[in-house]
Amino acid sequence: MIEQYMEYLKQYDGPSITLMEVCGSHTAAIAKSGIRSVLSPKIKLVSGPGCPVCVSPSGYVDQLIHLALEEGVTITTFGDLLRIPGSRMTLNESKGLGAKVEMVYSPMDVIRLAKENPQVRYVFGAVGFETTIPVYTVLLDAIREEKLTNLQLLTALKCMPPVIDWLCEGGAKLDGFIAPGHVSVITGSSYYIPLAQKYRIPFGITGFNPKELVAGIYGIVRMCEKKEELLSAGKVLVKNFYTSVVTEQGNTRALEKMETYFEPGPAVWRGMGNIPGSGLYLKPEFSLYDAGSRGLDDDQKINKACRCDQVLMGKIASKECPLFGKVCTPLSPQGACMVSSEGSCYQNYLNRDN
Amino acid sequence: MCVALPGKVTELIDDKYASVDFNGNIVKAATGLVEVKPGDRVLVHAGCIIQTVSQDEADELEDLFKELDAF
Amino acid sequence: MIVTMAHGSGGAATSELIRDIFAKAFDNDVLNEMEDSAVVEGSGRIAVTTDSFVVTPIEFPGGDIGRLCVCGTVNDLLMRGAVPKYLTCGFILQEGADTEVLKRIVSSMAQTAREAGVQIVAGDTKVIEGNGGILINTAGVGFIPDGVEISAKNLQVGDVLILSGNLGDHHAAILGSRLSISNDIVSDNAPLTEMVANLEKDRVDVHTMRDVTRGGLASVLKELAVASGVVITLEEEKLPVTNAVRDFCGLLGLDPLYMGNEGKMIAAVPAEEAEKALNAIRRAAYGEHAVVIGRVEDPGQAADGKAGDLLLKTPIGGIRALDVLQGEGLPRIC
Repeated sequence: MIEQYMEYLKQYDGPSITLMEVCGSHTAAIAKSGIRSVLSPKIKLVSGPGCPVCVSPSGYVDQLIHLALEEGVTITTFGDLLRIPGSRMTLNESKGLGAKVEMVYSPMDVIRLAKENPQVRYVFGAVGFETTIPVYTVLLDAIREEKLTNLQLLTALKCMPPVIDWLCEGGAKLDGFIAPGHVSVITGSSYYIPLAQKYRIPFGITGFNPKELVAGIYGIVRMCEKKEELLSAGKVLVKNFYTSVVTEQGNTRALEKMETYFEPGPAVWRGMGNIPGSGLYLKPEFSLYDAGSRGLDDDQKINKACRCDQVLMGKIASKECPLFGKVCTPLSPQGACMVSSEGSCYQNYLNRDN
Repeated sequence: MCVALPGKVTELIDDKYASVDFNGNIVKAATGLVEVKPGDRVLVHAGCIIQTVSQDEADELEDLFKELDAF
Repeated sequence: MIVTMAHGSGGAATSELIRDIFAKAFDNDVLNEMEDSAVVEGSGRIAVTTDSFVVTPIEFPGGDIGRLCVCGTVNDLLMRGAVPKYLTCGFILQEGADTEVLKRIVSSMAQTAREAGVQIVAGDTKVIEGNGGILINTAGVGFIPDGVEISAKNLQVGDVLILSGNLGDHHAAILGSRLSISNDIVSDNAPLTEMVANLEKDRVDVHTMRDVTRGGLASVLKELAVASGVVITLEEEKLPVTNAVRDFCGLLGLDPLYMGNEGKMIAAVPAEEAEKALNAIRRAAYGEHAVVIGRVEDPGQAADGKAGDLLLKTPIGGIRALDVLQGEGLPRIC
């Protein structure tokens, strides 16, 4: 079957279609699969703001570094956050100044660290979208049950719909969305219905291995082709092509826990600015576990010529940015899209295939 | 975003954790978001089980595409 | 016993450390002279290399810093077609290092040196402040037989590329022991002496050899493609990666193409020599999983790509251009 879908995508000769993936792992999976090189030139895949790490503003990284330099405080976080620039340096670089930073695989690993070293105050650099946020609720459950007083979160949590809304509102030139597979595991496919209706644009939830990508992209292209028919038949423009783990309603237990601990608020996205309602913050009754996450809105553009926002809106390609590949490279990233190893500019730099 | 991989639950460690096997890589994964039992195929993200994996994706996809073709 | 600053003083404590640990393990006529420098026999074209080892943890699944430093240095000599002969080693010990651990490391070095057919003929020890770490610098000397001409610049259009075994085991073993993921993956750190000797013995016309170390296969091959001004194409489905390493990478968002090894090499040989080369490598220790993974193409003729490109053909028929590793290759969550 996959060969058949692949052939369809190769031969496609209808109106031009531009699809955006809004998931960093999709950015990476698409690059790894080499699928762009076999698609019809009429099908274009562009990358959106897909990674919660790369969109964390510099003020957030600065605050993590500030804490890590404080006597008795250790920052624990994921590997990819270590290389994200603050206004002056990355967490990795701050280690040279004596900052205490530990990389972990899972937030749960910090429970053991906090128990073993009660004299150390641990702060977890808690970044994430809807996939990772429920993991923090499990961590918070454990902190409360074990009555740990030396473990807090510095959060930079974000939700997808407001930023997709921002992109569409801003006039992003798109025909459909490759909806994020693992975010959808938590939220369910119904999450995208309001956006699909508001902007009359198809969403297809897609997995990550090459076959799943082919099937998902095929499905979304078919939705684009049949859009008017689907709409006039009263169908929603949201389809789930990742049914092995994604359901319509998602993981309801995870969603309930998110609602217990967090409430929405404004959030600054690196290179894009403040998007109202796009962040989640610990509710006031849980402020005990918050290491000061609100108001870290400072996002100093490292280079004024950086055109991240336009790259993200799909208005220009990475290579059209004057900085791309010249002063802005993976080793000296200037904007969000080059910061993360899943950022669209980073991936385009690694896979400079044209 | 979100690196996640399917693995198999080999045992329940206690009421909060299960051992999940990924081709010989054993992860102690939190079970706070999903109820699981040994033998379940599960999706793990950042040391936490976020969903059980069902097997019948290929058939469902074909049905979906047929439905699209019908329009 | 615990290492103190006195062990680096040059006095009695230093002598004791050298006598009881290093001289005992490395025992050979040249070293036993205990003169200011070692005097060895040799002539012709000499290959010289040096490398520093700072790995943590110093003992890891399948190996330790001692085995690693011998393998790393010996393999670098072998990759130029040299027959490795002599090594020197400089130990930088941090205060607080445990001499029992040091003994194990040194014994592992001695054993690996015997396996690789080299003698450790000179050494040095210094102690610095710190918290018990052990750092080692090694230098190596080897002799290049007449007529052997192996270099990164020698890739020829039409060559096939042979990889001597599975990717990523060393990197995964080291990272696994630092993170909360348990597995049976062991480091592949090994000397490639027999493998290279077999290629020489079987008179295989080897154009280029490279050990696949830091930065992984993609970084090494990208450098070769640039150095030789050719296009290299790889078949993703032919790349040997164990299921355990593949899933380890999947859990941490890593790519086996960028994972380091310490006992694997690439050999470029003319297509008609491929079977002969595979046979020579597979017959040797650590070479049983050797496979052809790709070929060298003419930039003028290749359908895609220009001189210096490294292209990967993916299972769905796509082409992915690969670059050298950027940054550190840290695990990712997103």
